[in-house]
Amino acid sequence: MTMEDFTRKIDASIASRQGKKMWIERIPAGYWIVGFILLIMPSFASDFVLFQIFGWTFILGMIATSLMFLAGYGGMVSLAQMTFAGVAGYMVAIFGDSAIDTISQGWPWWVVVPLALLITILFATAIGWLAVRTEGIYTIMITLAIAAAFFYFTRQNYDIFNGFQGFNSVFPPRLFGVNWRQPLPFYYMTLMWAVITFLVALYLSRAPFGLALQGVRDNPRRMAALGFNVTAHRVAAYAFSAIPAGLGGIMLTWQSAQISPGTVSIQPAIDILIIAVVGGLRHPVGAFVGAFLYVLLKTFAVDVLIALGLSGDRFQLLIGLGFLIVVYISDDGLLGIWEKLRASRNRDPLTGERRG
Amino acid sequence: MREFSRRHPVWAGVVALAVLILLYLIFAIWPEWLSDAIGSKKIFLNALFNGITLGGLYFLVASGFTLIFGLMRNVNLAHGSLYLLGGYIGFFVADWTGFWLLAFPVSFIIVGLLGVLMQIFVFRRMEGQDLRQTLVTIGISIVVADLMLWGFGGDFYNISPPSWLSGPMETNLITSQRVRNSGEVVTTYLKYPMVRIVIFAASVAIGVAMWLVLNRTRIGMLVRAGVDDRDMLSATGARIQLVFVGVFFFGAGLAGLAGVVGATFQSAAPGEDVRFLLASLVVVIVGGMGSIPGAALGALLIGLAEQFGSVYFPTYAVVLTFLIMVVVLAFRPQGLLGR
Repeated sequence: MTMEDFTRKIDASIASRQGKKMWIERIPAGYWIVGFILLIMPSFASDFVLFQIFGWTFILGMIATSLMFLAGYGGMVSLAQMTFAGVAGYMVAIFGDSAIDTISQGWPWWVVVPLALLITILFATAIGWLAVRTEGIYTIMITLAIAAAFFYFTRQNYDIFNGFQGFNSVFPPRLFGVNWRQPLPFYYMTLMWAVITFLVALYLSRAPFGLALQGVRDNPRRMAALGFNVTAHRVAAYAFSAIPAGLGGIMLTWQSAQISPGTVSIQPAIDILIIAVVGGLRHPVGAFVGAFLYVLLKTFAVDVLIALGLSGDRFQLLIGLGFLIVVYISDDGLLGIWEKLRASRNRDPLTGERRG
Repeated sequence: MREFSRRHPVWAGVVALAVLILLYLIFAIWPEWLSDAIGSKKIFLNALFNGITLGGLYFLVASGFTLIFGLMRNVNLAHGSLYLLGGYIGFFVADWTGFWLLAFPVSFIIVGLLGVLMQIFVFRRMEGQDLRQTLVTIGISIVVADLMLWGFGGDFYNISPPSWLSGPMETNLITSQRVRNSGEVVTTYLKYPMVRIVIFAASVAIGVAMWLVLNRTRIGMLVRAGVDDRDMLSATGARIQLVFVGVFFFGAGLAGLAGVVGATFQSAAPGEDVRFLLASLVVVIVGGMGSIPGAALGALLIGLAEQFGSVYFPTYAVVLTFLIMVVVLAFRPQGLLGR
């Protein structure tokens, strides 16, 4: 069989499987439903739900997606993603406007935001260059140590990072005459960036760079033998992951209108890991599912705990237990549990064969 | 050592010079210009001694961590929680019974047994899945930290050492020598807290004992063989699971022991678990994962860096520690004494 025959055969099989549908018809029904609900959400949801629940979900989801990209495609579990987000947030506060006008430069937003992202990418590249010298669990420990170092540094440094207080009154720019901190504009802004992040992460799983990265994850030696520069791919993955993390960090700063060392401390860094792992590292949707659950828990756990007759302070216990249970029973978070359930439903309980 | 000096003559020279300078700084009476340049000798000696004794504490915490990692490739991120729990247990035992020394074995055994439970229910069930083990231990540390906050509150618990250990000890190191107007020479000697010196001596003794057990006994031989090739060891008929449980008991117990020491040195309070987890991470990364002498060297370096940093550049003391880690990683990723 010649190569041409072979490719023709593959093309034919792909076409027959898809029934020669248009690309728009190939989008699964679930996407349409979720997309539609998200678009019309403001018509029935309250401002609190839009701003606090969904705005925060999208932001945390983006930061968790950057971790999912590194860990799921690249096999590098990094705890420094919140640090990247924090760097971007700090840069926006330092170069843009804030109440601390002795440090903040007050430059226009179209300089500040790209500059903040650029600095974040450079920072992530440097961290990545350091972190890829190690593998597996070592990477977790080193990025944890880096996150801690950045936290302590921002807390001690008063010249640039304004120490313990950090920066407050960091507002988004008034673009097109809209106050982007209002719940409705903020909801759509975060939704847009979250969707872009999601689609790019999805696209990258099949793009040459993403495929090479997955190859590096599965067998670095073989990829090196094939002529791929393993280290460069890994460092590039860190640099790339800084973009959604940085965007998320900037919007996180705008949402709470402040940034301080508490934003980048060890607890939030571990929270991002919890979000990504509980959701599942196999698919970008896991990051957003995890973020949604986390935000729901963080917002309503206190009420639930009080209703159960426990003190509201035990909310960290609830999150920890939930995380522990999910990790203990599943090797890929909620997505893993979902797959298992689907597989067992499709299987005949008597013969163990797949049902049609 | 001779091997090292033959292979790296320049580095051996640098190390020898550093040791000589250090000895001079410790024993000589400082001339005026030196005191003007970097402060009084008393401050320097205190920072040096504090650094060394803190290094002893870090060694106790990190050696258990590195032992467990070296044998089983388990990264136990709940190690800091075990440390803090040991501190609380030690406080209550010392408080109820009135015997400070009793706190050590009780804490060692209880925390060690907890470690055995973790080994059986978590690590053995997930053998070979590094990432999942790490994640589960993160979950455990979150839960345990919150349970301890629930049980013990946010207060600082400080174990007071018995009377025969409290108070300063006279050393024969001269901190300053002044000539009074009357012509009489006044010499002041360094006074140092007794309890710190005793605890440091104890941690050195534990370290040496560990080294001896690992290198001179049959059990140590089993452990070392397990570090090198786990599968081959179990194929020879050694009961590897028993060795694992034993090492986990000992490693976790050391964390509990260190907790009692830490609660006497400083105090047991929420947040200390993360602090000591990070410290032991940095120590084993600098020293080399799985190496006991590496843990000792790393602990000494980090303890000294922290104390000298907080005396001479207080703003960036913590950052200095991480800077050491970054430099080691950049030039020797396997750690100073790692293989």
